[in-house]
Amino acid sequence: MKEFAIINTRLPKVDAWAKATGDARYTDDLSMPNMLYGALLQSPLAHARIKSIDISRAKRLPGVKDVITAKEAGLIKYGVSPARYDETVFCDQKVRYIGDEIAAVAAIDLETALEAVSLIEVEYEELPILLDPFEAMKEGVIAIHDEFPNNICAEVHQEFGNVEEAFKECDYIRTDKFVNKKQDGAFIEPQSCIAFYDLNGNLTLTTSTQTVHYVQRTVAMVLGLPVGKVRVTKPCVGGGFGPKASANTIELASSILSMRTGRPVKMTFTREQVFQHSRARHQFWHELTTGVKKDGSLIALKNTCHMDGGAYSSFGIATVYYGGSLLGAPYKLPNMKYDGYRMYTNKPANGAQRGHGGVVARAAWEQQLDVIAEELGMDPLEMRLKNMMKRGDTTCNDFNMSSFGMEECLEAIRDGSGWKKKKGKLPKGKGIGVACGFFVSGAGFPIYRSETFHSTAMIKLSEDGGTINLYTAAADIGQGSDTILTMMAAEAIGVRYEDVRVLSGDTDFGVDLGAYSSRQTLMSGHAVKQAGEDVRDQVLEVLSRNFKIPVEDMDIKKGLIIFKKKKPDFSVLRSTYIKEHRGWVDPPVGDELTFKEAARVAYFEKGVVVGRGSYKPGDLGGKYKGAAVGTSPAYGCSAQVVEVTVDMETGKVTIDDMTDAHDCGFAINPTNIEGQMQGSLSMGVGEALFEEIKFDDKGRVVNPTLGEYRIPTALDMPNVNTIIIESNEPNGPWGAKEVGEGAIMPTIPAILNAIYDATGVRVRELPVTSERLFTLMKEQEKK
Amino acid sequence: MKKIKGYSITLTVNNENYDLTAEPNRTLLEVLRDDLHLTGTKESCGEGACGSCTVLVDDQPVRSCLTLAVAVEGRHITTIEGLSQGGALHPVQDAFVAHHAIQCGFCSPGMILTAYALLKENPSPTEEEIRRAISGNVCRCTGYAKIVEAIKSLADQGRQER
Repeated sequence: MKEFAIINTRLPKVDAWAKATGDARYTDDLSMPNMLYGALLQSPLAHARIKSIDISRAKRLPGVKDVITAKEAGLIKYGVSPARYDETVFCDQKVRYIGDEIAAVAAIDLETALEAVSLIEVEYEELPILLDPFEAMKEGVIAIHDEFPNNICAEVHQEFGNVEEAFKECDYIRTDKFVNKKQDGAFIEPQSCIAFYDLNGNLTLTTSTQTVHYVQRTVAMVLGLPVGKVRVTKPCVGGGFGPKASANTIELASSILSMRTGRPVKMTFTREQVFQHSRARHQFWHELTTGVKKDGSLIALKNTCHMDGGAYSSFGIATVYYGGSLLGAPYKLPNMKYDGYRMYTNKPANGAQRGHGGVVARAAWEQQLDVIAEELGMDPLEMRLKNMMKRGDTTCNDFNMSSFGMEECLEAIRDGSGWKKKKGKLPKGKGIGVACGFFVSGAGFPIYRSETFHSTAMIKLSEDGGTINLYTAAADIGQGSDTILTMMAAEAIGVRYEDVRVLSGDTDFGVDLGAYSSRQTLMSGHAVKQAGEDVRDQVLEVLSRNFKIPVEDMDIKKGLIIFKKKKPDFSVLRSTYIKEHRGWVDPPVGDELTFKEAARVAYFEKGVVVGRGSYKPGDLGGKYKGAAVGTSPAYGCSAQVVEVTVDMETGKVTIDDMTDAHDCGFAINPTNIEGQMQGSLSMGVGEALFEEIKFDDKGRVVNPTLGEYRIPTALDMPNVNTIIIESNEPNGPWGAKEVGEGAIMPTIPAILNAIYDATGVRVRELPVTSERLFTLMKEQEKK
Repeated sequence: MKKIKGYSITLTVNNENYDLTAEPNRTLLEVLRDDLHLTGTKESCGEGACGSCTVLVDDQPVRSCLTLAVAVEGRHITTIEGLSQGGALHPVQDAFVAHHAIQCGFCSPGMILTAYALLKENPSPTEEEIRRAISGNVCRCTGYAKIVEAIKSLADQGRQER
């Protein structure tokens, strides 16, 4: 096995020191001289026609510098997918949910801005409210968007193989329904941004985002600026999980306000606004019909899904595809039919959240597979193993599993959890459950149709040769991409971790589609590896000319040049370097030529030494409509065993143990991977047991706070046994692929299967609150 | 808007005295972030539910978003910036770095200060005591495993030293 100096080790995160001391800067920590503060006027009604807006009193308030509405901001439509641009910066004719943005104010301080907002007078004509997607799609109801008369924002119909024919061959067929609740990202840092438009016509937008590139494009389009005049940069970001993966209203509003006032403008969401902006997990209603042979072989799956989309499309077009496509694996499944419908309702828009579109489908199906295993008298883990795809297999919807350590994952959790000793042998009230899942390792296509590179990287050496500056637009939102990419750069060149300085999350540093669809380790990683190898080659080529030694007889390791054959005399070079840097504290010493000296020689020859890298996936297969959603250069996969205790008197579920195995291809930093696995599981526990955004009958979110919308605390999480499986992905840099989202896939169904094992009750509605489980247990008793 | 009259107060933050004017409704969080530019203290929920704004008042963790600045005059306030001394990390900070207990980092200042207060009062807490102590500080990224590990590593040291 190849030895690595930097990657495949547990180095601390590059940003850990700054984050441990309070030195790390997030957007709302920043301010600029002469900065104004912005505030939004948002709709108090879920559905209404705007009859008039009067901003005159707001404008007259001392300290107010600007007030803008749709009239000032314009009506250019934007969104996530160009096929469904259905938002404008501010509402024009109509408001479509409580929180829909109507106007923004810039003032000398936040108090003044908020007071001005309260002085804007809007006259509304109330319209019927549609909160239930099944109501919304009925004939004759009001259209939330005129262009979509049945409120069907998107529908998908796909069939691979022939499901009806295949059902005829099946020995056992069953249908189950499943529903979750709208969930919130609940990242700890609310969105915040500062826009500054200067007198040269350049806009700099500093913002809490996952995707500087997409925000740059959206802002440029909506404001009518050339893309090159818009710079989007992110400082530290306090989590995202999906909802921060597209441009938001405050980014656009603050940019417009700055253009109009000539001053920097800051806007920050309150926690309530985070809930209103949402763009998080949809509510899904799945109906699954699965057919199998007596021996447990999966033959066919029919999946019908209805989704509550909320008032706008956001990422929903991708979501409605993912709701079907992500059941294509990890099992061999020759026939699959999917009908998906996403409806507009008068609620905050739903979008992408960790495990985009697939989490609820996965929960529904993995629980159904458990039922089927029981009906067939098979061990559910063994039935999964029996159907498992292998490396090189392609799904019926054309996903190629170029690496796939799923069997190894299942075996690892079986042995790691003591499955065989426990399954079927635990006392009443205690249960054990298993589930599997997989996820893309980067969307195979950008969100807009384009031949663009998905990631570029640039590595520039400092003139003294001692520091390697890595420039990337990839976004570290806490998941650790800065650390991973730094390690990759150091490994590719052959220098030490501490020699590389990462500069990231800035459109000035290149193109990177950003932190979504678990893409950066593979895609940004490829670009960084290539840039690093480019630098290495350039430096070695210069040395080769200087020393008349072929490049292949040299190497770079741990910041030293390795001469494989005869070591040349570099005393002149060293004394020159030392003379040039007289008085500096770190002269090169030792018997080996240092990379620093070598890089200095390269600088003398080339001026600037810059390594370049770029990546886009090749042709990924799938010629059918919608193949762009789900095809990926690689797929990560996971299996989990969960053990629970259910209080049979109250229905309260306690998670006792979780054993999780994830195939990440190759572990660049195992500790970081464990962190992603543990975090995914935690989000899954929250969604399984208590997370739910609740609405009243007017469409108001009644729990828009972290007190009322409960996410897991340290007391809700057990210790997690994390097992890393490495399958050496041929399409990944050094064999690496995703971990950030695949790991959440099995969590909810493994919990549900464990609850069944403990209670004999199948729960098909999330979250599994004590009340819900208690009620179901009572119903069961009556039977 | 009618301006509320401000009061002159002296706050002791990280062993420095600051003379300030604060309206009676001004929170400690606002004073720390906006007046003293100590932005290590974070606002996340603004209502005392999440623990991101945790600071120490006389070594006890408090929610600075629910604490009025005028109410803590004369008390010793410690923010995350005051924990490291002379450029050296405090052992709690060191442990968080070493154990990858930090992902996005937004909860970390509050989490670290809560852990510090716990260990000061109880140098060798059990895992259950650790989980209980930090249960008012929510973290969305880590699933708490590595945070608990980090604090436990110090608790084990505490046990050895006893």
